Amino acid sequence: MDFSYSDEQRMLADTLERLVTDREWNGNATTQTAPSGLWQTFAELGLLQLPFNEEDGGLGGSGIDVMIVMQALGRGLVREPYVAGLLLPGTLLARLANSAQRERWLAPLMVGEHRLALAWQETAVRYDAHGVTTHARRQADGWLLEGAKHLVLGANSAEAILVTARVDDGTLGVFVVPETSNGFERRDYATLDGQVACDISLEGVALPHDARLGEDAAGALDAALALGRAALCAEAVGAMRVACEQTLAYLKERRQFGTPLASFQVLQHRMVDMHLNVEQAHSMAILAAASLERPADERDYRIAAAKAYCGEAARFVAEQAIQLHGAMGMTEECHVSHYAKHLIMFDHHLGDTDHHLEFISDRLSAA
Amino acid sequence: MNLDFTPQEQAFRQQVRDFLATELPDDIRERVRLGRRLSADDHLRWQNVLSQRGWLGVGWPQEHGGPGWGPVERHIFDEECSAAYAPTIVPFGVSMVAPVIMAFGSEDQKRHYLPRILTNQDWWCQGYSEPGAGSDLASLRTRAVRDGDEYVVSGQKTWTTLGQHANMMFCLVRTDPEAKKQAGISFLLIDMHSPGISVRPIVTLDGAHEVNEVFLDEVRVPVTNRIGEEGQGWTCAKFLLTHERTGIAGVGHAKQALRHLKALAGRVQHRGRPLLELASFRQRVVKAEVELMALEVTHLRVLAAARDGGAPGAESSLLKVRGSELRQELSELTRRALGPAALPFFPEFLYGDETLEPEHAEHAAVGAQYFNRRKLSIYGGSNEIQKSIVAKTLLGM
Repeated sequence: MDFSYSDEQRMLADTLERLVTDREWNGNATTQTAPSGLWQTFAELGLLQLPFNEEDGGLGGSGIDVMIVMQALGRGLVREPYVAGLLLPGTLLARLANSAQRERWLAPLMVGEHRLALAWQETAVRYDAHGVTTHARRQADGWLLEGAKHLVLGANSAEAILVTARVDDGTLGVFVVPETSNGFERRDYATLDGQVACDISLEGVALPHDARLGEDAAGALDAALALGRAALCAEAVGAMRVACEQTLAYLKERRQFGTPLASFQVLQHRMVDMHLNVEQAHSMAILAAASLERPADERDYRIAAAKAYCGEAARFVAEQAIQLHGAMGMTEECHVSHYAKHLIMFDHHLGDTDHHLEFISDRLSAA
Repeated sequence: MNLDFTPQEQAFRQQVRDFLATELPDDIRERVRLGRRLSADDHLRWQNVLSQRGWLGVGWPQEHGGPGWGPVERHIFDEECSAAYAPTIVPFGVSMVAPVIMAFGSEDQKRHYLPRILTNQDWWCQGYSEPGAGSDLASLRTRAVRDGDEYVVSGQKTWTTLGQHANMMFCLVRTDPEAKKQAGISFLLIDMHSPGISVRPIVTLDGAHEVNEVFLDEVRVPVTNRIGEEGQGWTCAKFLLTHERTGIAGVGHAKQALRHLKALAGRVQHRGRPLLELASFRQRVVKAEVELMALEVTHLRVLAAARDGGAPGAESSLLKVRGSELRQELSELTRRALGPAALPFFPEFLYGDETLEPEHAEHAAVGAQYFNRRKLSIYGGSNEIQKSIVAKTLLGM
């Protein structure tokens, strides 16, 4: 049992810490969706290769490495689609694609030449990745896609979008859909946490045979979502820590009734409760990151527990951060409000606390 | 980073498990399983087995006769003991006064007391709290007045756990009434059979006699029974309170309680279905399971830090708060799971040797245990005190 970082991991953490703290604060971290220009820096640092196998040209990084990256991005509230634009589509490509598809889609992704997105959600099925109604029919010259996708992140900067669809034979398919396809339509909007999302409609989108990645994609999709969830937990922990630090600093500096707020026991204990939640959430983020190589059942059970736990902890920390900042916490000008928004909306990405608690409930063991 | 136990640690776990399977007396195992109070003799029989095996001084270094385990081994040992329904080692000698003697005692004191603890010759109790000094321990008023080679001690101690069995008490006394609060306190070892000591039981709301009041009326204590210098008692007390306490989270107990809860709620019927299938109840069990997963990893993080030389101070406060809350929630859910069957109360069975028909015996302790577990967030520094410690030491508030 060992919770320490290797030398390389410590270097990675230090580099990223500097990267996010040296950035000038973007006054509207969650209200402005312009790209930060950091993606190219990510490429130069090897972050885009980090999570992929060495045979594919990646760096063979572990779940813990991804955790380190995401914690830093959470600390800096960096709104680059590392999860939506890299981890999710990249994992599907790495697990499903043949060598030509890898060459075409994965290799450029890892060097920052293009970005991708994953369209897995639909309005009718909330967070259920397997209940898709978008349909793919096999035709003589390829595939015909029909359906609609909801809340696709990072599509605005993507060269192509991976779309999940139910295939005639009942399997789950993943299809690479270029933005330029006929019948493809995208409607962009901003999210409350400063990302760009879109709805996509697919009306008879015709695709060539090789648009499908592999065969049944159910297992690969679960693996991608597991990585994404573990990564989001780590990001939330990074953001939670900053929200706590800023709240603590504010309590020490703000004076009322002739004394710093930090001298009031009711606020001290609330602050400790926030700290407690962060430590526990951090433990769960570690558990999630360390479970990615486990058999799927065990992996998904642990990651569901982590995502559920972090969702609750993030909500508590966010709400208390606003509360303890008083009216200041309500303003867009106050940095902590952006962290709070990020932490609340974290629960709406890749399955919320209820979704994951139900997952655990369905698999609750007797022992 | 790696969350797995090493092959050596796994082998150690198996070794502990095998030992418990063969050496823990069946009658004791059954009493613990049913939540019945153990007699002094039950405790001693088990602790003698551990002593024989060299496993009683769990946190002790080898030079003093301990097994020399690191925090991870101790965690494994605790977990296996809970799972096997072994009694908890009475902590006052082995885990509380012994580390203080090792850190602050003279060579003579170490030579005399430590072997006696390791062979169960002395049963220690704790003389800390007083009627007027609970969370504000430093306001204690029990006086020790120097008279030649002796102190004359008068005052009252309370909440003295298992003091009814004890022949020795480690005790905080005020040796200098003029000094500032913490500065006038000394740490004395007192023979419970000394003239002037009387012990009165306090019956708690679960009907149990676990804690006592101890009255000291001009009790004469040799000066050689003082640990450390006069006026250094608060240092010893603080050392004891912040001393690395690997069991503080109660992960082993919580795991056992959750297993018991799931089994019970899987058996108890609600409208013809197991209670565990009732969504509202199941949800709370699921949340407890998730909380336990988080607590265990946090606990392991603190253990790993301790093994690598870090001294867990305020972190053990966090573990204490969350661990006690979780164990209380589990005792609440277990009580609710029983439904009307939580009401019957059989004190002669729980605290004595009376027999009981199996259908009652199986669940007799659940209701009373719920009330007993309220102590978890109160003793050893209440959870509110723990939070104030964290605010001060970890957050600098």
